[in-house]
Amino acid sequence: MQWETVIGLEVHVQLATKSKIFSGSSTAFGADANTQASAVDLALPGTLPVPNEQAFRYATMFGLAIDAEINQRSVFERKNYFYPDLPKGYQTTQLDAPIVGPGNVEITLSDGRKKNVRIHHAHLEEDAGKSLHEDYHGMSGIDLNRAGTPLIEIVSEPDMRTAEEAVAFAKALHSLVTSLGICDGEMSQGSMRFDVNISVRPMGTEELGTRTETKNLNSFRFMERAIALEVERQIDVIEEGGEIVQETRLYDGDKDVARSMRSKEEANDYRYFPCPDLLPVVLTDEYIDEIRKEMPELPSARKERFMTELGLSDYDAGIISAEAGLANTFETSAKISGDAKLSANWILGEFSARLNAEDLSAAHAPISAEALGQLVLRVKDNTLSSSSAKKVFEKLWSQSSQASSDVDKIIESEGLKQVSDTGALEQMVDDVLAGMADQIAQYKEADDKKRKKLMGGFMGPLMKASKGQGNPKLFNEILQKKLND
Amino acid sequence: MLEKSIQELAKGLRNKEFSSVELTKSYLSRIEALDKSINSFITVASDQALASAAIADETIANGTPNLWTGIPFAHKDIFCTDGLLTTCGSKMLHNFEPPYNATVAQKFIDAGAVCLGKTNMDEFAMGSTNENSFFGKVVNPWSETNELVPGGSSGGSAAAVAARLAPVATGTDTGGSIRQPAAFCGLTGLKPTYGRVSRYGMIAFASSLDQGGPMAKSAEDCAAMLQLMAGHDAKDSTSIEKEVPDYLAALTGDVSGLKIGLPKEYFNEHLNDDIAKVLQDAIKVLESKGVEFKEVSLPNSHLGVPAYYVIAPAEASANLSRFDGARYGYRCENPRDLMDMYMRSRSEGFGDEVKRRIIVGTYALSAGYYDAYYNKAMQVRRLIKNDFETAFKEVDFILGPTTPSPAFGAGEKGDDPVQMYLEDIYTITANLAGIPAMSMPAGSVNGLPCGVQLLGNYFDEARMLNVAHSYQQETDWHTHKPKNSLTEL
Repeated sequence: MQWETVIGLEVHVQLATKSKIFSGSSTAFGADANTQASAVDLALPGTLPVPNEQAFRYATMFGLAIDAEINQRSVFERKNYFYPDLPKGYQTTQLDAPIVGPGNVEITLSDGRKKNVRIHHAHLEEDAGKSLHEDYHGMSGIDLNRAGTPLIEIVSEPDMRTAEEAVAFAKALHSLVTSLGICDGEMSQGSMRFDVNISVRPMGTEELGTRTETKNLNSFRFMERAIALEVERQIDVIEEGGEIVQETRLYDGDKDVARSMRSKEEANDYRYFPCPDLLPVVLTDEYIDEIRKEMPELPSARKERFMTELGLSDYDAGIISAEAGLANTFETSAKISGDAKLSANWILGEFSARLNAEDLSAAHAPISAEALGQLVLRVKDNTLSSSSAKKVFEKLWSQSSQASSDVDKIIESEGLKQVSDTGALEQMVDDVLAGMADQIAQYKEADDKKRKKLMGGFMGPLMKASKGQGNPKLFNEILQKKLND
Repeated sequence: MLEKSIQELAKGLRNKEFSSVELTKSYLSRIEALDKSINSFITVASDQALASAAIADETIANGTPNLWTGIPFAHKDIFCTDGLLTTCGSKMLHNFEPPYNATVAQKFIDAGAVCLGKTNMDEFAMGSTNENSFFGKVVNPWSETNELVPGGSSGGSAAAVAARLAPVATGTDTGGSIRQPAAFCGLTGLKPTYGRVSRYGMIAFASSLDQGGPMAKSAEDCAAMLQLMAGHDAKDSTSIEKEVPDYLAALTGDVSGLKIGLPKEYFNEHLNDDIAKVLQDAIKVLESKGVEFKEVSLPNSHLGVPAYYVIAPAEASANLSRFDGARYGYRCENPRDLMDMYMRSRSEGFGDEVKRRIIVGTYALSAGYYDAYYNKAMQVRRLIKNDFETAFKEVDFILGPTTPSPAFGAGEKGDDPVQMYLEDIYTITANLAGIPAMSMPAGSVNGLPCGVQLLGNYFDEARMLNVAHSYQQETDWHTHKPKNSLTEL
């Protein structure tokens, strides 16, 4: 039988506010355990939540970006369950009155096809702390630094039919929230986490199959694998005459296996009710209009501009605009170098390769956008050969701070300035050729095809003689002239 | 000295009739001598009190005191006090020293007042007799041969002020917990409008109903306390940004032309005859001052108790989830695993009444029951609020009983929680509506004090205190105090 997969996503996005959603503690990642947990975060008796206005602003920005209706009166509820990383014994979240109503996100697939994914709603809530199960002699450690970090949970409709669509949707959301500047997008730090609801049904039927939920995927690759595994499992179960059980599953990316965490029967009754410590928050028309006016450029508009104003190809513009950090680096670099195409080549080549290799986002690259622009400028004006430019790039990447990254100083101190003075180059060619009579004779006898190969034999010693600083293009021209005379 | 008002004490301190240290010592020695039998304090902060008093005396000597500089008082043990044990009457918090002050506690500190200690209370403010405290029951200082309850949950604060172990004390009121013990102990006590006094650092029972307030010998002292306690607090999102009036200045004694409503649902065959008589006398006094009385109706008031006993436990069931043995407070010995730690810490750390309410609240919020219980109760709550809003279009205040009877004997209500819950029948609706209400002593039944209740419109505390003050100018019920082996040195 032919099976169709139906996928819906629930995406937790940590908002990039400086302080937590209901307390003044910092949300910065990576601090020592429990150093960013105040009396409110620890749920000491008598403490009360005070909402962070910035979290509402960011959630509203997301809503406007997906053309959703903003619920102007949003209410917080308590979701009750016991867990050590949930200090109050309930999570403060939204249920009936989420801040962002239905909206739409457009995704582009690898074959160029576009598809709309409907957003059911997005609501504001607080993140939980972390349980640390290692290194505590059979006990668990609790780190409450993350407890109270503001989240929006974005819930999609079950509009995706393949793992590719789900990943494209996840990437589109990543692109959107980073472009809006409402999330740092650092997936490895848990800034975006994906729960995937998956079911299968016979192709051509309408009724949805029983779904499972695979929780807490924090990379696109894991998401793709987890979906593939789960779809395969479900089809196997059904084809062998079994039934899918509604359950929550966990995917282990290191072992590439998934297991059941709990079934529907074991699910908590969360006993939601309106949080009496928080009054309903009312967003006025003026407040929303003000946010609308200050919205940054969205990825789709940016892509369009990169194509029409800066002459990038559809492909290059698509990749660069998808990640805000990359797009910002590109724009700065293009402005400084005055060459958008060459900047794009560097961004998509060397720069992206190093980011991927070290699992960094553009915003955390050790090279500043300004330095990269300077580098591209020096390639463009022939100060640097491409091989020297790579050396400068390496030097910049390993600098201890961006402040010490002056491209011209590096070129100077490393002696990488390309020699383009034709008089000097001609002299070098003459000197080198003087000792290569045999090779010259060989060259003169050869046909065009062979001559091309033999050119390399002259270029090597020339680059060596010029300590790598001779302009290879000019060397080539001079050589051609001298040998063909 | 024990009978002086706050304003008189302040004057005495300024005129060097006595120092704050002397004043503080006199109360501390009374506590030491008498509180073994009354048990109104959980913690007596002698050293801290004397240190604050010494600082206050310096301030007075420097000539920069305010009304509260050097005035002793007691806090209900529900207000978090930095570095000072705060138990909420529970084994769960038998060892809890908060690293911060409740906003109310901070206000008393900033004013230079002297905290004598923390008063006993029903565990987590759940109870009407103070029999539900992990630290033992409190004895009503008016007890003679038969041991009487002081009321609850602010029973320790009420007993302490009645026995003159403190000039005034803070209380909290979720369903009557200031007014009922005030009535049982012959005090004046006020539950302010919801949002008037910050709840930050006041350990939550039912967040939408809890409100801190004053317990004192007179309306005048309540006004002085409310002046200090009231005000918007950025740390409490439910506190209301509204100017605090000058409560003491409002005590003109002039009440002529005021209209006070008498709800026909209170003045019926269920009203205790003795209390009916006390009410009639109070009405006569106020009439003589120019107050006009008329009948009003609060048709949904009989639904107050059932609605309250759904909403309050529902909120409590979530509010008390944080007491899990993980971070502070009581943890059972040698837990086997997480579930064992949760179950035994909570089973051993909470008393029966607290557990009963957690179970009731959890049930009321459960899937399949939410609409029938919680939602229905919230609808009733809106009806009760509407009743008051309608009534206050016709009258300025409402007068009625505070309690169904005067103080009763310890253990008398037995094990029937519903009988106990009915204690709150006249007080609960003010919490559900969020309106201010106060109890003042207005008579005596079999030698025991008897309170009457005033209910007012939102933020009408100043005028309401003036009504009580006007009454207290004409009568001396508020000056009556117990004189027996419990209270005499």
